Amino acid sequence: MQEHQKKIAGLALIGIALAALPFVIGMSFGNAWIRMLDFALLYIMLALGLNIVVGFAGLLDLGYIAFYAVGAYIYALLASPHFGIHWPLWAILPLGAVVAGLFGVLLGAPTLRLRGDYLAIVTLGFGEIIRIFLNNLNAPVNITNGPKGIAGIDPLAKSIDIFGYQLHSLYLVYYLFVALAILIVIVTMRLENSRLGRAWVAIREDEIAAKACGINTRNVKLLAFALGASFGGVAGGLFSGFQQFVSPESFGLFESIMVLCMVVLGGMGNIPGVILGAVVLTVLPELFRHWAGPMQMALFGQTYIDPESMRLLLFGIALILVMRFRPMGLLPSARRKAELVEHA
Amino acid sequence: MTVLLSANNIAKHFGGIRALKDVSLTINAGEIYGLIGPNGAGKTTFFNVITGLYQRDGGDIVFDGQPLHVDSPHEVTKAGIARTFQNIRLFAEMSALENVMVGRHLRSKGSVLGAILRTAAVRAEEAAIQAKARELLSYVGIADKADIRAASLSYGDQRRLEIARALATEPKLLALDEPAAGMNATETAALRTLIEKVRADGTTVLLIEHDVKLIMGLCDRVAVLDYGEKIAEDVPAQVQKDPRVVSAYLGVPHES
Repeated sequence: MQEHQKKIAGLALIGIALAALPFVIGMSFGNAWIRMLDFALLYIMLALGLNIVVGFAGLLDLGYIAFYAVGAYIYALLASPHFGIHWPLWAILPLGAVVAGLFGVLLGAPTLRLRGDYLAIVTLGFGEIIRIFLNNLNAPVNITNGPKGIAGIDPLAKSIDIFGYQLHSLYLVYYLFVALAILIVIVTMRLENSRLGRAWVAIREDEIAAKACGINTRNVKLLAFALGASFGGVAGGLFSGFQQFVSPESFGLFESIMVLCMVVLGGMGNIPGVILGAVVLTVLPELFRHWAGPMQMALFGQTYIDPESMRLLLFGIALILVMRFRPMGLLPSARRKAELVEHA
Repeated sequence: MTVLLSANNIAKHFGGIRALKDVSLTINAGEIYGLIGPNGAGKTTFFNVITGLYQRDGGDIVFDGQPLHVDSPHEVTKAGIARTFQNIRLFAEMSALENVMVGRHLRSKGSVLGAILRTAAVRAEEAAIQAKARELLSYVGIADKADIRAASLSYGDQRRLEIARALATEPKLLALDEPAAGMNATETAALRTLIEKVRADGTTVLLIEHDVKLIMGLCDRVAVLDYGEKIAEDVPAQVQKDPRVVSAYLGVPHES
């Protein structure tokens, strides 16, 4: 009973902290930082989706951002003046998840026999194919509006007045994102501790033995691709409505690698680790972007290194340091930790 | 006596090498059947063919009265043949308990949606899977090691765990590929007790083994493979006397 009460108290505290967070940040740093917070939540959803494929099932996917793109364009096409269709968010998000999931199967089916490097190359190609399609599907029939992208997408939320106090839409978006991120965390946790979750790990550990245990590895792998992709599709839809603009250049290889870095840096296969990885890799670069310029001005009187390149430089250094000192990630899963210690 | 498995004229070649040449054998329900032969005789190849890991190039298999479709290993497991591997293949980073729980995959049916919603049925099934897995761990004698990572178990315990995982699929035929390899005398004796117990509880056992003493003491019938051909199939006492077996196994006796 004591244990149970503690758990509830802990969850309540987390809930209050999450609810208060945007106000604290918004009042002390300004709305730009709430925006960043929203992005961090988007990346948490993306990273958790990729974690199913890479972390649980052990299938290296370098084209994951394609599913994000699919979700984003579905929202963009169904809620913008581009086709003059304006569906509500709650109709589009599930549709985006399903379509992205189908694309996941589409990628998964031809790659079932591939592992490791070979799988990475094919998935990388798949990611690029989707991006190039989006770039070129403006002729002969204009579907995606090509490189110009789709603008004027319906916003996720509008600012509202509560008793004369204006609540900025960024806050509402934040609460929407938090709710969905929590939902995705719960789904992932439940999947991890299920018959399916065990089958994924079994395939990662030894595919032949998994088959001998009666696991239909084809179906189980396809499920990993489909479920991982559907998370990406949801996050993509949210991104689209949040930015109110999508173009193919948001879905390049670098984005795929960024999400993969979040999974690997945080701790593959470990849900808290992946969340931490997503937050750190969203927040740190932004911090540098904001502070690198002014700090150089204050110290040296002029900017020696452009903040934008500095950001990538420090990102690279951070990656090397983590791989050197915490190769299993910031918060490794117990399993992966043991794996690395033993093989070191 | 009912026939559990009959393999007829099984052939398998790798390029120009004929690893199995028209091998036929029948395994009766309830017996411990030994498959022996010198290194490279085709024992493991035969195993891989009947468990679906390899596609055969000829012949047919009837298992439990039904033609066995061996397109993929999981279907063979579903039909009721479970196996262990010569070079132990456990899920190294999972606990012993989890390894056996994976073995219950086939005999449970929790769906994705069920897992996400965590329905009462799925929760009950999870509990049942865990209970069964614990039961099997204690059956093979490693109940106290349930939470230990499979890779950290001792060699003998890993073999036991692999047997427990195979038993979790509720096989009619348990196929063991050199279970005593690398074991010391005590471990082998314990293994022998375990195999006899499995048989006593109604599971037929097919055994590949190099340890001739173990085979001769344990098996009801033995088949001998040499260069991909079956050269004998009989009770151990007869097989031991068969001149072809003796020459295949020990070399041609020479006068001293």
